[in-house]
Amino acid sequence: MLKHVLAAATLSATISALPPIARAADESPPLPHQEWSFDGVFGTYDRASLQRGFQVYKEVCSVCHPVKHLYYRDLAEIGYSEDEVKAIAATYQVTDGPNDQGEMYQRPGRPSDPFVPPFPNDQAARAANNGALPPDLSMIVKAREGGADYVDALLNGYKEPPAGFNLLQGMQYDEYFPGHQIAMPPPLSDNAVTFADGTPATVPQMAHDVASFLTWAAEPNLEDRHRTGFKVMLFLVVAAGVFYAAKRKIWAPVH
Amino acid sequence: MADARPGAMSRIIRWIDYRLPFVQFLNHHLVEYPTPRNLSYWWNYGSLSGIMLVVMIATGIFLAMQYTPHADYAFDSVERIMRDVNYGWLVRYAHMNGASMFFILVYTHMFRGLYYGSYKAPRELLWILGVVILILMIATSFMGYVLPWGQMSYWAATVITNLFSAIPLIGQSIVTLLWGGFTVGNPTLNRFYALHYLLPFIIVAVVLLHLIALHRFHSNNPLGIDLKGPQDTLPFHPYFTIKDLFGLVVFLLVYAFFVFYAPNFLGSPVNSMPANPMQTPNHIVPEWYLLPYYAILRSVPNKLFGVILAFGSIFLLFIVPWLDTSPVRSARFRPVYKWVFWLLVIDVIALGWVGANPPEGLVVTVGQFATFYYFIHFLVLFPLIGKLERPRPLPLSIAAAVLQGGGTRLGGAGAPMAKP
Amino acid sequence: MADLAHQNVTGAHPGETRRDFLILTTAAIGGVAVAATIWPFIDSLNPARDTLAESTTEVDLVPVQLGQRLTVKWRGKPVFIDHRTPEEIKAAADVNISDLRDPQKDSDRVKKPEWLVVIGVCTHLGCIPLGQRAGDDRGPYGGWFCPCHGSVYDTSARIRQGPAPLNLAVPPYDFTSDTTIKLG
Repeated sequence: MLKHVLAAATLSATISALPPIARAADESPPLPHQEWSFDGVFGTYDRASLQRGFQVYKEVCSVCHPVKHLYYRDLAEIGYSEDEVKAIAATYQVTDGPNDQGEMYQRPGRPSDPFVPPFPNDQAARAANNGALPPDLSMIVKAREGGADYVDALLNGYKEPPAGFNLLQGMQYDEYFPGHQIAMPPPLSDNAVTFADGTPATVPQMAHDVASFLTWAAEPNLEDRHRTGFKVMLFLVVAAGVFYAAKRKIWAPVH
Repeated sequence: MADARPGAMSRIIRWIDYRLPFVQFLNHHLVEYPTPRNLSYWWNYGSLSGIMLVVMIATGIFLAMQYTPHADYAFDSVERIMRDVNYGWLVRYAHMNGASMFFILVYTHMFRGLYYGSYKAPRELLWILGVVILILMIATSFMGYVLPWGQMSYWAATVITNLFSAIPLIGQSIVTLLWGGFTVGNPTLNRFYALHYLLPFIIVAVVLLHLIALHRFHSNNPLGIDLKGPQDTLPFHPYFTIKDLFGLVVFLLVYAFFVFYAPNFLGSPVNSMPANPMQTPNHIVPEWYLLPYYAILRSVPNKLFGVILAFGSIFLLFIVPWLDTSPVRSARFRPVYKWVFWLLVIDVIALGWVGANPPEGLVVTVGQFATFYYFIHFLVLFPLIGKLERPRPLPLSIAAAVLQGGGTRLGGAGAPMAKP
Repeated sequence: MADLAHQNVTGAHPGETRRDFLILTTAAIGGVAVAATIWPFIDSLNPARDTLAESTTEVDLVPVQLGQRLTVKWRGKPVFIDHRTPEEIKAAADVNISDLRDPQKDSDRVKKPEWLVVIGVCTHLGCIPLGQRAGDDRGPYGGWFCPCHGSVYDTSARIRQGPAPLNLAVPPYDFTSDTTIKLG
C-alpha cells in the first residue's frame, strides 16, 4: 500500500513540477529573489525600512497612487508615535461634509481618516495620466505574482528597450512588467528622497524599502500571524505526541 | 465528574433519557458501536471531513457578522475583516484555507472508498449520498469564492454561469435568470450569499443521512470482508475516538501550517484586486479543487458537449456501484484493479495540472487524453476488470486475518452481520 | 471481547495510573485547545479597530445664540449643547447637592458656565430626552424631559425625578477656541 502511495505521489509531484506553461505569456527573466526581513516562518518587519518605504510612498508614489485600505492610524504600527501620526495626518486635506449649508469642505486629516487619494475618482486619475489608471497600492504585493520581489524588480527594471522592440508612444520599457511596456515613467532616481534616518537613497534602496512598506500595507497582520502560528504549531506538535502515546496505550492490549 | 449530591445529576439525566433517549442513542452510536478492528488511518477521513464541516460553518457565521454582501462594499468589508476586526484575519484565513482542506479530506475519503470497494453492496446508497454531498460542496464553494468580489471572483462567476448558455433554446434565459441582470452583478452576489449561507445546512442534513446509512451496515474495512461476529470488532470508544483525535491533531498541523504560514498559497493573487467588469484577467482559473472539472470542460472543442462531460464526470460517480462488476470489495485482493486505481489518481492530478494552465500545446493534448481516460476508467475498465480479473483468496474473517492470517476462502462476502 | 478490552482500560492493572495520567493529560490538552480556539471567535465580536479609532467632532458654537440648544452627532450618539442663560446657570448652581440622586456640582459639569455639553441619552434605558427643540416639554426644572418613562433633568442635566439613576453624561471635550469645541 505504502509503495503505491509513494509511486503515485512521486509521479504527481513530477507532473505538478512541470513549469506552468507560458503562465504570463511573456519572456521575463526569472524574478531575482531578494532577502526580506519578513521572509520565512520567523519573519518580521524591519520598522526602519518600513518608515523609509513610507517616506518613498509619501513623497513619490502618492502623487499618482492611492492606498485606500490604509488609515493614518495604521502608521502607529510601523513605529510612529501618536503625536507623529496626528501630525502626518494633519498635513493632508480631507474632504468632509456636507456642512449645514449643504456644501462639502476641506479640513486637516485625523488619524481615523483613510489615506487621502491623489485623485477623487478613476476618471480624474486617467485624465491626469494619459488614460492609464495608476492602481491602488494597498494590496499590490498580494495581487502580483512574486509579491515584494516583483515590485522591487519592477522598480529596478527600467532600461533601454532591446533593438527591434516596438515601444509604443508614451510607454516605457521595463524588464519585469508583463509585456515589457509599462505606462508608468521610472518613478525612482538616486536621491529622489532624503531619508530621515540618513540612509543613502539609491534606487535599489528605495525600491527595497517601498516594497517592504507595501508588503506591510498589504499584510499588516503578518507578524501577529507568524507569532500565533508558532504557538499553535508548537502546541499541536506536543499534543500530537501526547495523543499518539494515549492511542498506543489504549490499543496495547488489542495489538 | 464529582457531584456535590452524588446521584442527582445522573437521576436528572436518566429522567430525560427515559423520555428522549439521547444518552442511549449516543452510547449505542458513539461508544459501544462495534467497529471493524482492522480499520487503518484511511478511515480517519470521514470524521475529519465532518469536523471541517463544523469549522467551516463556525468560521462562516462569524465572517457573515462582518461581511457586506453588496458589490460596492464586499471587497472593502473583507479587507476590514482582515485589518480591523479582532482576529478577523484568522477567521478569514481559516475559512479560506478550510475550504481547501475540506476538499483534500473529502477527495481522499472518496479515493479510499474507490480502493476498498466501500461503494459496493449493500453500501450503494451510502456512496450516492456522499456524491450528493460532494455536489453540494462544489456549489457552496463556487458561490463562496464569488463573495469577496475580487477579479477572479467576478470572472469565474461569469465563466461558470455562462456555461448554462450551452443548453439549447433556453440556455441564455437561464443565464439571465441566474444573473438577475445582463451580467454578473449585485443581484448575483446577493443571491449567491443567501445560498452560500443556506447550502451548508443542507449538507449537514445529507451528512446525517450519510451517517444513518453508514450505521446500517457498519464501516467497510481494508480487507473488504463482512463482519462475522463480535470478535471482528472493537467498541468505537475508546479505540476509535482516540485514533480519530490523534488523526485530527495531525491534520490540524497541516491546516495550521497553511493558515499561519502560507495562507495565500492555494489561492490566486488576482483575487486580491477588486472586481473590474471592464477587464478580464489574463488567465481565469478556478480554485484548485475544481481544476479537474475545468480541465474536462476545456478539453472538448464543442461548448455543449464540454459542459455535459464536465458535469457528467461528477454525475458518473452515482452509478459507480453498478459499473464495478467485481465480486470482491477490497483492492488488496484484486491484483489488476490495484494498479489501475493509481492510474485514476494520476489521471485526476494530471487533469488538475491541465486545468491550471492556459490551454495551449502540450496542455491540450494531455487534457484530452486525461479526459478520455477518466471516462474509460469508469465506463470500460470498471466492468471489464471485475469480470476478467482473478481475485486473490479472501481471509475467513477479520479476526482470523488480524490474529493469525488464518484460513482462506474464495469468493465474496457472506451474509452481512445484522445490526446488533 | 469488547468487555475484555474495556476492562483493560479501566480495570486495576499495573501501569494503570500511568495510563490514566496520559488520558487526563490528553483531556486537558483537548480542553485548552477548545478554549484557545473559541476566544478569537468571541473577540472578533468586540469593537473592531476602525470603530475604536479615535473619532472627534468639532462644533462651531457661533450659530448657537443665548438660550438656544444644538444637537450634534458624536460616535453615533446625540450630544446636547446648551447656550445657557444666566437664569439657567443660577438655577443650576443654587441646587442643594445633597438633594440630588447623583450629587454633582454644576461647576464640575461645565468648562465654561454658559456652555453645557452632555450626551443626550437618558441614563435609564437609553431614550433621547426632549428639550432640544423649541416647543419641546422641558420638564418642571426647565432642563430636559424623557418621554419614555418620565425622567426629569434640570438645567445642568442632572436627574431630579423619574427612574433614571444618573445625570446625563458629560463627554470628553475641549474648547479649541472661544467659539469652537472639539468632542472626543
